[in-house]
Amino acid sequence: MKHRHRIKEVGFWALFFLVFGLIPVFAKSEYHLVLANHILIWGMFAMAFNMLFGVTGMLSFGQALYYGLGAYWVGLMVKTFGEAWFLPAIGFGVLSAVLLSMLIGLLVIRVSGVYFTVLTLAFGQLAWQITFKWYHFTGGDDGIQGIMAPGILGNHIVYYCFTLLLVAVSIWILRRLVNSPLGLTLRCIRQNPDRVRFLGRRVRRNQLRIYVISSSFAALAGGLMSGVNNSIHPDMFYWTTSGEVILMGVIGGIGQFFGPFIGAAVIIIIQDVVGARTEYWSLIIGLVMMTMVLLLPRGLVGEIQAFMARFKSGAGNRG
Amino acid sequence: MQPILELDAVTKSFGGLRVTSGVSFSIEKGSISAIIGPNGAGKTTLFNQITGYLNPDHGRIVFEGEDITRLSTREIVARGMGRAFQVTSFFPEETVLDNIRVACLSRLNMTRKTMKSVSEFTDATDKAFSILESLGLDKQADRQAFELAHGDQKLLDIGIALGLEPKMLLLDEPTSGMSPEERLLTRNLIQKLWKEFNLTLLFIEHDMDTVFGIAQTVRVLQMGRLLAEGSPEEIRRNPEVITAYLGEEVL
Ligand SMILES: Nc1ncnc2c1ncn2[C@@H]1O[C@H](COP(=O)(O)OP(=O)(O)OP(=O)(O)O)[C@@H](O)[C@H]1O
Ligand SMILES: [Mg+2]
Repeated sequence: MKHRHRIKEVGFWALFFLVFGLIPVFAKSEYHLVLANHILIWGMFAMAFNMLFGVTGMLSFGQALYYGLGAYWVGLMVKTFGEAWFLPAIGFGVLSAVLLSMLIGLLVIRVSGVYFTVLTLAFGQLAWQITFKWYHFTGGDDGIQGIMAPGILGNHIVYYCFTLLLVAVSIWILRRLVNSPLGLTLRCIRQNPDRVRFLGRRVRRNQLRIYVISSSFAALAGGLMSGVNNSIHPDMFYWTTSGEVILMGVIGGIGQFFGPFIGAAVIIIIQDVVGARTEYWSLIIGLVMMTMVLLLPRGLVGEIQAFMARFKSGAGNRG
Repeated sequence: MQPILELDAVTKSFGGLRVTSGVSFSIEKGSISAIIGPNGAGKTTLFNQITGYLNPDHGRIVFEGEDITRLSTREIVARGMGRAFQVTSFFPEETVLDNIRVACLSRLNMTRKTMKSVSEFTDATDKAFSILESLGLDKQADRQAFELAHGDQKLLDIGIALGLEPKMLLLDEPTSGMSPEERLLTRNLIQKLWKEFNLTLLFIEHDMDTVFGIAQTVRVLQMGRLLAEGSPEEIRRNPEVITAYLGEEVL
């Protein structure tokens, strides 16, 4: 059992660095590099989101708030003070996400289940409204264009390697977290919160902890994204962004650590392939998603794992 | 006698229904005793009040000389009160080992640690394994808890409580749903754990062989009232208890 875990882990990292390490070498155009960058950043975002949903059982429908926050820190600082502020702005974005998520977290963790989901959605939409309406400061519907990373980071390949590194480190940290005592406690909270109280632990306190951690990675994702697209848009705060990250989790498998990353890759590739061929792409994506959720309720990675387990026990019975 | 737990006129109603009605008793440190009574007598509700899961309307609960009546579950657990549940309570998707290890980690105040894998916490891991051995669950350490047989899940529930190294342990129907053979094993196991872990043990039980086999004191609850309290022999012969609960067959 532990052995199998190890293999899965090594397999993921080997594949991860093989695929994403070779993309700059083989990418036919800058466009493919951007696509790979999207997968990396959304993948990390989805994994961080899954710390809330898959691990702790908190379905936040408002992680776009922190994603947008991270992006707008970078956008606004670069626009106002120049590109030298690009990297510090990513840091400020993460820091402000920590503070804001602590504040909002204290409110939203008071309720559970669907009420938590609705409250997080409301805060996300509030942030979107403010960004959308506050034209003078945020650029409103126009967003902010021409966000360039400074110096050598302005090179697309260098920036890609920079994201690759930060995303890899983030995933590694999240991985440690899942295997740590806090990770175990969070999974226990999802499965049986009452019993966790009888372990002498505060359920809400631990939910707040992971809400803050997950949100700060969302802000990092937003900050990194602003340098990929060189522009940001209030839609980064919109509920569809939160929804997309949920979808990535569900498609890949929320019960699996690496599932949401795979889900992000699948969705982004489908969007790309389908979007290039038909203007009805959102309809087609919707149908594909529906089929996948109905046929593969455990998500891609979850179903593959279940299949392997069945195959293995079948072989065991015969042998 | 040195009491570890004292209840003084504890009273609780749900709407118009009095579920605990002026219950007073005191439990000697290091003792093993039972609470019996018909379904709906308020036994589980009493455990809920002792462990801070529910607050009594009136009365006082004192644990080791300290008033715990209004404390939260977390604070009461931290003072050394452990509990296993009538409806078996554990973490179904975690391994058997991790179910107990999380309790050991909690006891060591380590649940906030984020950057080290649980297996690197050797104190908690060793402790968890020794509890699994005491319960006879060590061979199933790597299985997920939901895969266990019902009887083993009941033991796991107890194991989680033991991971917190409680001074006092409350067991709510530890043998319910077990076969007669399993019951006998569990009865002996409870007695063994009581000695091995230096516990004060209080258990609710419907199986009279278990009650009269291992309890030093038996308390009878009926419609929220403490009907009788005494040695197993006294309770067995108490005419009120016989009419209210035991019936003729135990004689
Ligand atoms: N949270 C609650 N709200 C309302 N009524 C409750 C609640 N908990 C218990 N009761 C009622 O209180 C009474 C006592 O319940 P309790 O579970 O304490 O009985 P018990 O002695 O443990 O019974 P059993 O032997 O069946 O486990 C029952 O009538 C039950 O329906
Ligand atoms: Mg009961």
